[in-house]
Amino acid sequence: MTFKEIQELIKLVNKNKLSEFKLKDGDFEISIRTEKYAKSKSVAVSPVPQALAQAPAPTTPAAPAASPAMEKPAQTDAPKKKESHNYLEIKSPMVGTFYRSAAPDKPPYVKVGDTVEPDTVVCIIEAMKLFNEIEAEVSGKIVKVMVEDAQPVEFGQVLFLVEPA
Amino acid sequence: MFKKILIANRGEIALRIIRTCKEMGIKTVAIYSTADSESLHVRFADEAVCIGPPASADSYLKIPKIMAAAEITNADAIHPGYGFLAENASFAEVCREYDIKFIGPQPDQIRKMGDKITAKETMIKAGVPVVPGSAGLLKDIKQGKKLAAEIGYPVILKATAGGGGKGMRVVWKEEEFEDQWNMARQEAKASFGNDGIYIEKFIEEPRHIEIQIAGDQFGNVCHLSERECSIQRRHQKLLEESPSPFVTKKLRDAMGKAAIAAGAAIKYEGVGTVEFLVDKHRNFYFMEMNTRIQVEHPVTEEVVDFDLIKEQIKIAAGIPISGKNYLPKGHAIECRINAEDPFNDFRPSPGKITSFHSPKGHGVRVDTHVYAGYLIPPYYDSMIAKLICRAPSREECIRKMQRALDEFIVEGVKTTIPFHQQLMNNPDFQKGNFHTGFLNDFVLEPQEEKT
Repeated sequence: MTFKEIQELIKLVNKNKLSEFKLKDGDFEISIRTEKYAKSKSVAVSPVPQALAQAPAPTTPAAPAASPAMEKPAQTDAPKKKESHNYLEIKSPMVGTFYRSAAPDKPPYVKVGDTVEPDTVVCIIEAMKLFNEIEAEVSGKIVKVMVEDAQPVEFGQVLFLVEPA
Repeated sequence: MFKKILIANRGEIALRIIRTCKEMGIKTVAIYSTADSESLHVRFADEAVCIGPPASADSYLKIPKIMAAAEITNADAIHPGYGFLAENASFAEVCREYDIKFIGPQPDQIRKMGDKITAKETMIKAGVPVVPGSAGLLKDIKQGKKLAAEIGYPVILKATAGGGGKGMRVVWKEEEFEDQWNMARQEAKASFGNDGIYIEKFIEEPRHIEIQIAGDQFGNVCHLSERECSIQRRHQKLLEESPSPFVTKKLRDAMGKAAIAAGAAIKYEGVGTVEFLVDKHRNFYFMEMNTRIQVEHPVTEEVVDFDLIKEQIKIAAGIPISGKNYLPKGHAIECRINAEDPFNDFRPSPGKITSFHSPKGHGVRVDTHVYAGYLIPPYYDSMIAKLICRAPSREECIRKMQRALDEFIVEGVKTTIPFHQQLMNNPDFQKGNFHTGFLNDFVLEPQEEKT
């Protein structure tokens, strides 16, 4: 594996907020660990698609430069183990770009700790120059914001975790 | 050349398009509904965006979601595949508005050919033979008889409000006209409450033979010969082949010229297919034009050694076509393998494929998106694979197809493989004696239990 490829791997690990990443392919083995994240997402990596590392001649990882929502780096065969939690999920009903506030200079619609009702607007998802206000559709308290401001999101993607009222 | 193409489709055609894009060095974006998250086209694309729940109306047909996916991935072109939005002129227009190249014809070309009356009028103007008939409803018997004499017997009287074969009467000679006219009108009135009748030439033992064409942005149009598609069940094609055992060099030449004239008449851009009805005397008549890549395109690819998807992308990128016509070398047959039970009226059989071994070897091609362990979703069409064989002669091709079908193992769901096996053994099929009514008389032998 080249240094550049290892750099890409580290970027992937960070973007996906993994706490540990291990890859073994023949004689080659790499293990990356971060201390930042308490909860771990365990993801199986075999067989690696499109050669993240292929002995003897490793090729560049297939991870595209696009946003985290669109990458499919390591979660191929094993289903993504969701963080186990008892929270309600506010999922994206559409495809577009996620914004936390109505405008760059305005405060975010909700923050961690805020209480929401089903019709509380929690964010904007923009697609094709149209701005859609997304409602919570649940009642409770915002516990976690799962995506970053201006991040592209897909249908079904978890946006917020909510502690039920 | 495009940097990134979003494939607005699913299943085998999505995978087909991804393959050519990869070979051309173009990045790919797959879109998928939640029912397709384990699909091969999602796995093999460079990026994938989930766009909705299983129902097509909320996912693969949802234009705003597809455009949003193209926007967030910065795709510069969209390939619509076949079905879904492939012949949706509004979709092509939306792509144009958003400056994303729709890999297909211009919106107005889609529109022109999508409306049967407009298409027929356009063909008449272009000098392409169409099924002769009345321009509208017949006023009375006198007009009917006059037209029938002009068209030439046999003619068919059709109820304008008709369907399902009702209100249709064939008239073989003038002496029968009055009786058939009265019966047709009575039947139409009884079945549909409308006794309006129009008249068309009755095509005896018609074959459905289509010509593949390609047109570029500079007005050049060429043809890539014919595909024989007469083996149909309820107007769904089950088997296609090229060349047609019925088409002579002379007929190919004439049909090719007519198909090119059809394309040129609308300045067609992209690959397309002009469908004809051919009667037993080898007269041919324009039926309709499909302004998209078709399911059965591999049959042409195998006999003219051509990548039609690559040509689509090149045309869309503004590259001119070669301009020459392509004639078939050898023979190719495609069997559409559907997840249906042929012994139970072809009832759909979705479910999990527990075992999957596709045939391989010299001259055998399988275009499929399924694999062992794949769960066939019930929301979409039932086609799971296309088995295409190619050989130097039709006889060898049939033998190869027999071998390949015997080798094709799919367990966990019912498939139409046994139907195709029986079709390959049918003497009339082997002789090339068939027309669009062939399957009406085809008797499926009950399945033998394999020990």
